[in-house]
Amino acid sequence: MATIEFVDVTKEYPNAKTPAVDNVSFTVHEGAICMLLGTSGSGKTTLLRMVNRLIDPTSGEIRIDGVPTTQQDPIALRRSIGYVIQQVGLFPHLSIEDNVRVVPSILGKSAAETRDRVDELLHLVGLEPAEYRKRYPRQLSGGQQQRVGLARALAADPAVLLMDEPFGALDAITRARLQDELLNVQRGVRKTILFVTHDVEEAFKLGDQIVVMSEGKLVQEGSPIELLAQPASDFVRQLVGADNILRQFEYQPVTAALEPATDAAQERIAADERLLPALLRLIQMRNGALAVVRDGETLGQVSLASVFASVQSIHRNASAASGEHNRSADSAPVIR
Amino acid sequence: MNPILQFFQNVVTLRGTYDWNTVFTFLFYPDILQGIIITVLLAVLAQLIGTLIGLLLYFTRRSSNGVLRGIGELYVWFFRGTPLLVQILFLNAFLPYIGLARPLIQTHFFRNLGFQQDIPLDAFIAGLAALSLNEGAYMAEIVRAGIDSIDLGQLEAAKSLGMTYWLGMRRIVLPQALRVIIPPLGNEFNSMLKNTSLVSAISVAELLEAAQAHAFSQFRPLELLTVASIWYLVLTTIWTLIQRQLERRINVSNLDPALTSGGSWWKRMIGFGGRETGVPMPAGADHH
Repeated sequence: MATIEFVDVTKEYPNAKTPAVDNVSFTVHEGAICMLLGTSGSGKTTLLRMVNRLIDPTSGEIRIDGVPTTQQDPIALRRSIGYVIQQVGLFPHLSIEDNVRVVPSILGKSAAETRDRVDELLHLVGLEPAEYRKRYPRQLSGGQQQRVGLARALAADPAVLLMDEPFGALDAITRARLQDELLNVQRGVRKTILFVTHDVEEAFKLGDQIVVMSEGKLVQEGSPIELLAQPASDFVRQLVGADNILRQFEYQPVTAALEPATDAAQERIAADERLLPALLRLIQMRNGALAVVRDGETLGQVSLASVFASVQSIHRNASAASGEHNRSADSAPVIR
Repeated sequence: MNPILQFFQNVVTLRGTYDWNTVFTFLFYPDILQGIIITVLLAVLAQLIGTLIGLLLYFTRRSSNGVLRGIGELYVWFFRGTPLLVQILFLNAFLPYIGLARPLIQTHFFRNLGFQQDIPLDAFIAGLAALSLNEGAYMAEIVRAGIDSIDLGQLEAAKSLGMTYWLGMRRIVLPQALRVIIPPLGNEFNSMLKNTSLVSAISVAELLEAAQAHAFSQFRPLELLTVASIWYLVLTTIWTLIQRQLERRINVSNLDPALTSGGSWWKRMIGFGGRETGVPMPAGADHH
């Protein structure tokens, strides 16, 4: 496990007018998935590639567990960091097994020594080792290849995982499945993950933390809920769809609409559930309330009234925080 | 007789003087067989050295150092721009200037190896050097095309996994480039087998020179050239068979039998199109 700190990181290219990355500072905590979200050219990939020193910053530094990366040998550093790339990441002339064991093998491990590890990793990413070990990348579908890419990145058991739009080239269904799979794997391995994406849905689905980048600058950093509740600018509000009440329901936890428990509560709902399933259940029940429980303890309840009240208050906060507020198609269904 | 008819009669009968017995006598003559050994030795060594030079030239020409790049370009420009025969004669004349010729002549290298005719080692080395240097210039282009055909992302991926540039080249890029390089390399070697005959100009007793020696002593040039031609055909035919086998192997390895059972080399290599049988000739295969 590892904490990654970005401290005043800037990257300038000789012939560019503006820096590719401009004075960016934030911290990714141990075991968190941090999504770098932005349009192309926003500097998110540059930022990612500075972590394993594929690019060196012009100024500022990146620390992993307090140690600046510039104090480490780039080759050793890269061997200690997993990296998953979009598309061409796998080596077509090597079998799946050899692809997965690339890093252990350059560290001097023989095929016999890594055999169990390869099987374990293929299992972890949902590929049957007996069937896939001896195959070649071109014999696999895009989704399967990306699973192998993930297994390869995890092979040396790195504390940090860098993912550069790993699911960008996949169809929507495969992408969604792999996203679930990643969350599943992450529950077991607890890596500190930096994940570059331009897909807002993906950022919200996977991220414990989202860093919004625009034109090389860090625009806002926070949890998905913080971004929805208090977008720092119009740019962020439009990007994350803070005006979209459905998204609010989708990502706010039920605890955001907590009210004191009463006798009206007929059913129970776990405290880490989102508002949307609670709302649907409440609508089905016509009325009443759901008891919110965590570890068997009742924290309170949610009702239709409390859900509406919570979303309205979030939305008021959002509008107040950003001042003037443009009406857009997105903002039509807002409850006032 | 009609002079035109007479001409064609002469072509067919060679005025009755063509002697097949001479051909059969010299076909397995020790000098000729030793000449074949020298020819194969020259071709194999020159191809090996030339391929290494080609690889080296790739890195000098792709270097960030302008001087290295300049040297690489100059090399290719020079050796592709002058005739191979001139390069052979030039290097042969050049050796004495650097004081190498005399000590080399005195070694009796080939006689010590059991050859009947001693071949001056200085001429052999001059010939080998010229063939290698010349081949290097052509191999440089082939190696460049091979390596450049590999997606840059592969080296990038190797780097991101903690490989150095050279390790990534050796383990990731070159093995993939080899599949692109080997077919034209095979054609190069085919040319090389024949181009070795040019070193007869500096008295290296390879196949053609050995045949020529007897041609003069027997006054039978046509018959002895027939002997040389037969052997060149044997060598290139054997090589063609080896090459075919080699290409089949590099294509079959790394691939599932289900994928390799059908389709051409080209199809399997790039995934679509191409001829259904045989190996496509890469452009510029016979350029010498």
